[in-house]
Amino acid sequence: MITFNGVAKRYPSGREALTDLSFTVGAGEMVFLTGHSGAGKSTALKLIALIERPTRGQILVGGQGIAAIKRRGIPAYRRRIGMVFQDHKLLHDRPIWDNVALPLVISGTPRRELDKRVRAALDQVGLLGRETSFPIELSTGEQQRVGIARAVVAKPPILIADEPTGNLDPDLAIEVMRLFKRFNDVGVTVVIASHDLHLIEQFSVRRIALAAGRLAGEAHA
Amino acid sequence: MPDSSARDAEARGLGTLAAGWFERHLQTLIASLGRLARAPFGTALTIGVIGVALALPACLELLVTNARTLSGGWQNALDLTVYLKPRLPDHDAQQLTETIAARADVASARLVTSAEGLAEFRRWSGLGAALDALKDNPLPASIVVRPRVVEGSGDATGLGGLGDALRVLPGVDQVQLDTEWVRRFTAILDALRRAVMLLALVLGVAVLLVVGNTIRLDIDTRRAEIEVTKLVGGSDGFVRRPFLYGGFWYGLGGGVVAWLLIEALVRGLSGPLGRVAAAYGSHFELSDLNAARSFALLGGGALLGWIGAFVSATRHLRAIEPGTDA
Repeated sequence: MITFNGVAKRYPSGREALTDLSFTVGAGEMVFLTGHSGAGKSTALKLIALIERPTRGQILVGGQGIAAIKRRGIPAYRRRIGMVFQDHKLLHDRPIWDNVALPLVISGTPRRELDKRVRAALDQVGLLGRETSFPIELSTGEQQRVGIARAVVAKPPILIADEPTGNLDPDLAIEVMRLFKRFNDVGVTVVIASHDLHLIEQFSVRRIALAAGRLAGEAHA
Repeated sequence: MPDSSARDAEARGLGTLAAGWFERHLQTLIASLGRLARAPFGTALTIGVIGVALALPACLELLVTNARTLSGGWQNALDLTVYLKPRLPDHDAQQLTETIAARADVASARLVTSAEGLAEFRRWSGLGAALDALKDNPLPASIVVRPRVVEGSGDATGLGGLGDALRVLPGVDQVQLDTEWVRRFTAILDALRRAVMLLALVLGVAVLLVVGNTIRLDIDTRRAEIEVTKLVGGSDGFVRRPFLYGGFWYGLGGGVVAWLLIEALVRGLSGPLGRVAAAYGSHFELSDLNAARSFALLGGGALLGWIGAFVSATRHLRAIEPGTDA
């Protein structure tokens, strides 16, 4: 589903985030990208989401070389990828319902379907009934779950998450990770960047370890 | 990897798709209005500036139009008086009148016999007693000729040509015309009309700039929201849409303000102007905004707002891309 082939990324500032990275994630698989901060985990996810372009190498997503996707094609491409961020990236002036519905509104889902699907997504993350609340009224863990609901509401085949548990205490972190596992169980390809080895060890999931922009090792669950 | 949204779109009919499109646009239209209403002071300021910018040229245009109807009332000032040779037989005079009336550049020709001329003179001059002392009628017969003027041509020089043509007709003594001031007046009106167009152009650009700048600030304050929307797959068009409707509302609001300003002005002025006209023994009604002008004002405002927003949003939204930091 996702293949990195000798990928390097040097930022305009001169910092080389990835030197030579190759790995493959199968369809329906769940993997953890691990490594210290600065190892290149976030950059790898940004490259998948076409937030950044690689300096060298090739990235295939769904068998398609994403380098060929032009600027105009990026929005349609991103709708096939659910993204979860460490800082949630919610719209704070909109209620939860609007936040979760955003991807559906973008893709032009009819109104009568919207509510059904938004409530289904909120139900999956255990937040049904909070539709009219604003993000500020929710705890950090709940906000992260809203972010997850938004990522999955359009049923994308790929889900990527950058340190989704970074701001959560251990109990909430486990809960959020289980949520990702549940989406993986129904066939979604999941890639999670996390440096929390203690947390990761509790899941039987393949680990791709990065160090200084290179593959440092793989551990199969 | 199948595109789920495309699959959904295929499953739905075209009709539902169109209905959905309409619904989404309507929703954005109303939502953008709500957003403006939540910042009433800033919105009022922007709309006020646009309103004044639109009202200025519209006001001048109205002024020129009124001046033109006024000059239309002086149409008879364009008349030529053709004095006939003294003691020309009435029959010849009548025939000459018909000849002149048949000309293509003449709207009408009316014979004033010497007797009628004397009666008219007596009535207007107040010299009745002095005239009674005269044995003979000293006035010649005359023909009052109203030239046919092409509306809006503002050309009074054709009048001179007509005068020359009439002067050489047999039986004509002299032709009197005073077109100089008419020519000046129409020239001034023409210049004013041109000035209105140029002013409208300049102030139209001003409206574009005002809306463009306002939209740019709007975009800046909603930067985070735009980034998130782009992250979850919002296209440039989708992100731009609410700003376009915002510009539309700004422009339409400005048009309404301009309309109210002009209406107030017309109402405030028509009383005093009417009294001025009455003092000159004339009747004058200030023409106000008719339906076509109102529509042009509101529609033009809305269109300018939309264009200003389009240019500004297209330019500034491109620059906002998620995650170019690091």
